[in-house]
Amino acid sequence: MQKQSISAKRKAYITVMRVLMGISVSVTCALVLFLIGYVLWKGLPNVSWELLTTKPSYLSDRIGILPDILNTVYIVLATLALVLPLGVGAAIYLTEYAKNKKLVELIEYTAETLSGIPSIIYGLVGMLFFCQFFGMKTSLLAGAFTLVIMNLPTVMRTTQESLKTVPQSYREGAFGLGAGKWRVIYTVVFPGCIEGVITGCILSVGRILGESAALLFTAGFAHALNGIFEGLGSAGATLTVALYVYAKENGEFGIAFAIAAILMILTMFINLSAALVSRYFKKRRNV
Amino acid sequence: MKNRKRLMENAIHGIFLVLGLITVGCVLLITVYLVISGIPAIRKIGVLKFLFGKKWASTAAQPQYGILPFILTSIYGTAGAIVLGVPVGFLTAVYLSKIAPPKVKTVIETAVSLLAGIPSVVYGLVGMMVLVPGIRTLFHIPDGASLFAAIIVLAIMILPSIIKVSLTALEAVPKEYEDASLALGATPVETYFRVSVPAAKSGIAAAVVLGVGRAIGEAMAIMMVAGNAPNMPKVFQSVRFLTTAVASEMSYAADGSIQKQALFSIALVLFLFIMLINAVLNFFLKHSKE
Repeated sequence: MQKQSISAKRKAYITVMRVLMGISVSVTCALVLFLIGYVLWKGLPNVSWELLTTKPSYLSDRIGILPDILNTVYIVLATLALVLPLGVGAAIYLTEYAKNKKLVELIEYTAETLSGIPSIIYGLVGMLFFCQFFGMKTSLLAGAFTLVIMNLPTVMRTTQESLKTVPQSYREGAFGLGAGKWRVIYTVVFPGCIEGVITGCILSVGRILGESAALLFTAGFAHALNGIFEGLGSAGATLTVALYVYAKENGEFGIAFAIAAILMILTMFINLSAALVSRYFKKRRNV
Repeated sequence: MKNRKRLMENAIHGIFLVLGLITVGCVLLITVYLVISGIPAIRKIGVLKFLFGKKWASTAAQPQYGILPFILTSIYGTAGAIVLGVPVGFLTAVYLSKIAPPKVKTVIETAVSLLAGIPSVVYGLVGMMVLVPGIRTLFHIPDGASLFAAIIVLAIMILPSIIKVSLTALEAVPKEYEDASLALGATPVETYFRVSVPAAKSGIAAAVVLGVGRAIGEAMAIMMVAGNAPNMPKVFQSVRFLTTAVASEMSYAADGSIQKQALFSIALVLFLFIMLINAVLNFFLKHSKE
């Protein structure tokens, strides 16, 4: 039997598609490499010990980003402390308690809606609700509350996913031994949340680090050096907001690139830990 | 004793119910706040004058509040980002799901997640320092901060979402479809584009809609590269998007002034756009599940 050759037209189609795919993949990879390379190359030389450990001072005419680093840490801690119980609770309600299908659909639809709302809208509503209505003024705490709403769907989703891996037979076993609903949740379901909580934490931290539009109007852009409780009550810029302010308002591009390089490294670190965590849990499940 | 236990179980059920309903509460809160704060200015200015007014001059002696330039800029900018970003993202996804060796796939997927994780201000900064001057010298225009720069930044920013969602859709295509096509004599590449892609079309459509949502909602990166002048959109002109219109005047608009109220009205318009996009996205996601 002779091997049938394909027509020139088909050959051309295949070649064109292959070339187009090649171009697209190269563009994507080149973009990533360029962005990482450019930001690190421009930013790292400007990162110094002094920059990381001091606050801006007009007297000695230098800029330090210690307050911004601390503000970022405070806001991450405050947001996680609030969003974890809420998100895990909501996920447990959905997977363990909810029987009404309509209600589950409504909750899941609203969660999806929340994750589609642009951060600038969160910023506005956070400003109106937390800063003005609740009288928190422009403060890190108001920013943290705004971020809680933004990250709620993420934590909910990751917890739900990890609860799905808890075998139904565990729950039935516990019920069969005479445990009440709460006891089953406490002993069987909670341990199953761990993966979701850790992944949710990592993703939320990544999102908080990258957030700027929602924080600009809720947390403000001061660079004062504060302790955590004092800090949460007063206005302050996170690293991302500081980058924006230094680049757009002050024209301090060296500082902006230094912050960008730090953020880039943190982003890589977060992605890496997310991958490691998911690999660890996958392995543990298979054993 | 039994009664107390039941009471406690019910109380705990109640607590979890409340936690479950938080997302519903948040969406209601956001909607109510945006409507309440967005309506007054629209009423004072007039719906038609607000939506279709071609001039925005909020600080002029005779202030004008027409947001048509912002609406059109957002639409053109998003459309441009989709036109540039979707083909690249889609073809990359086809390559990753069907052709790439596992190791290459892992590396590129990691790179794409990194792209998704980079803060938008970093995109803005690089756009400001590389793209804007580049456009200025390349096209010989006085200022590179323009709709064109914004489109390119947006196209890059939506790339990860498009790749990820199309990839998931393409990987869900049953192997039998492809095997059947190959057995009938189609080459692999023909099979991918004429069998796998049509089979995954709802998922790919969802990827595009998700990209639209991301692009239309982006604020800070655009703020740094688009120039922010309230012009009617032209490719090489400084423009203002719906998102940047809110962000750029919010910090100095006086509380209670019609200018500030108009900013909330812009946010309301943006919110309506997003809700519409969400509804479409849900439609496609449901279809792709079936």
